[in-house]
Amino acid sequence: MPADAAGATEGSPRGGALRSLSRFSWRRPGLKAFGQISAPVAAFLAVYVAALVALLIQSFWTTDSFTGKLIHSWSLDNFRAIANDPYPAIIQRTVLIASAVTITCMLLAFPYAYFLVRIAGRRLRLALLVATVLPLWVSYLVRVYSWRLILNPDGALNWFLNGLGLPSLNIAYTNWAMWLVFTYIWFPFMVLPVYASLERVPYSYLEASADLGAHGFTTLRRVILPLAVPGLAAGSIFTFSLTLGDYIAPSLVGGPDSSLIGTVVFESLGLANNAPFAAAFAMVPLGIMAVYLAIMKRLGAFESL
Amino acid sequence: METRATKVALWAWATLIFLFLWIPLAIMALYAFNASNIQSWPIPGFTTKWFSEAWNDPEVRDALWLSLRAGLLATGVALVLGSLAAFGLSRARFFGKDSISFLFILPIALPGIITGLALNSFFVLLGFNFSLWTIVIGHATFCVVIVYNNVIARLRRTSGSFFEASADLGATGFQTFRFVTLPVIATALVAGALLAFALSWDEIVVTYFTAGAQNTLPLLLFGFIRQGQNLPIVNAIALVVIVVSLIPVALAQRLTSDPGAGRG
Repeated sequence: MPADAAGATEGSPRGGALRSLSRFSWRRPGLKAFGQISAPVAAFLAVYVAALVALLIQSFWTTDSFTGKLIHSWSLDNFRAIANDPYPAIIQRTVLIASAVTITCMLLAFPYAYFLVRIAGRRLRLALLVATVLPLWVSYLVRVYSWRLILNPDGALNWFLNGLGLPSLNIAYTNWAMWLVFTYIWFPFMVLPVYASLERVPYSYLEASADLGAHGFTTLRRVILPLAVPGLAAGSIFTFSLTLGDYIAPSLVGGPDSSLIGTVVFESLGLANNAPFAAAFAMVPLGIMAVYLAIMKRLGAFESL
Repeated sequence: METRATKVALWAWATLIFLFLWIPLAIMALYAFNASNIQSWPIPGFTTKWFSEAWNDPEVRDALWLSLRAGLLATGVALVLGSLAAFGLSRARFFGKDSISFLFILPIALPGIITGLALNSFFVLLGFNFSLWTIVIGHATFCVVIVYNNVIARLRRTSGSFFEASADLGATGFQTFRFVTLPVIATALVAGALLAFALSWDEIVVTYFTAGAQNTLPLLLFGFIRQGQNLPIVNAIALVVIVVSLIPVALAQRLTSDPGAGRG
């Protein structure tokens, strides 16, 4: 094909329908993009968004307590039931544990990210970043289960403690175990945004702070920490939201008093076969997250995602 | 800038974090070879018999087969929809672009339990029977964004003049796709597919709500663990699950880290 074909043969029948189609799409990139985007968007609207709407509608229905059949009439009964015992206590416990996990992840991740950015050499930094992210790809169920083995009364934790001459620690099947396991599982989600925010702090800021007579700790508190807040906030979105919706960890390492929001949703559907109540209860973490996201947005979390 | 003591403390901290991240997985790996069927530590001896026992268990085989099929099909759907979405959103600017990319991110931004429960309500409402296909749909929702992210990152790094040059030389859109676009995005597609498969392979939160009576491998493990059954087999499968999800991720990492574009 000669190089001037596209210009010289405009309107000629040469090349046929295929060529005119491709010429057409080249001239109108917007229309081409629309053609490409329409299939995935249609699929997402028809399945994912429709499913979210179905969830919302379902939350206003009820089930017949004898037959278990869905009753398709609108009522707020499910939402009223959320205010009854034991649900407020469960919601409170979930928010408490999610907050504890988030704060623990921040405390663990900040010095670690600081080490990666300022102390570690280039190769070590890359290796440790990979080592931090890789566990996220390991089955989440397997990671929870590994802690069940470790925390068992005759597991590795007590073997280690006894070896050091310390007394045994029996935290298996308690809220402490859930706190530990959630911290372990979501920790990488906190490291990455904190690392990214610290990496963006220019070295000259630290020099300027030192030149002005600030001690290391003052620099940390007055310069580095404020600049890391968006990263910490971004990481907290993951640690907080993921804890709110989880039902695997409470059922594997939690105890009798460890029901979380996720557990209620899981059991309402799986054991009680009450899908409408499960749907209504699933609105609780959505509502909490909406408030949480609004707060984190103010702290600049979305610029650091 | 940091004092010597601070440096030593930070080194110690990083070491502890590394151990915290990897010791549980190392212990899990050792348990897979536990000679005893009592799950205490330290394990009394080593054996590989649980792997063959797991392999010969028909329930485990069914679950393995279902997990593989669901992973491959979900990856296929994600490849088509994710790359179409990336093409559509990479260059054009139009109204609502941001809300469309938000739409694709939603399944990984919302807690899995909400995606799972929503799909469950949806399938029940439409009278769908739970099957391989409902699992595939559930997995595809969050696999699309993985392929999308990989392909769009590659397209953004590719100069538009490649495609213009191809058109100037008289190629049709299809020839440009075949001889320019596809080679450019090939490794991003493969990496996206590998990551999507790894994600589908060990997903459990959404799968539970979309699977019905049949078990994928993670669902089977979850059931065994909750009932305290077959724990030696669970340990062996757990190690296999770890290895099978890490291999695609390691491969994908190699494919996307091209040394030419590498910046510290």
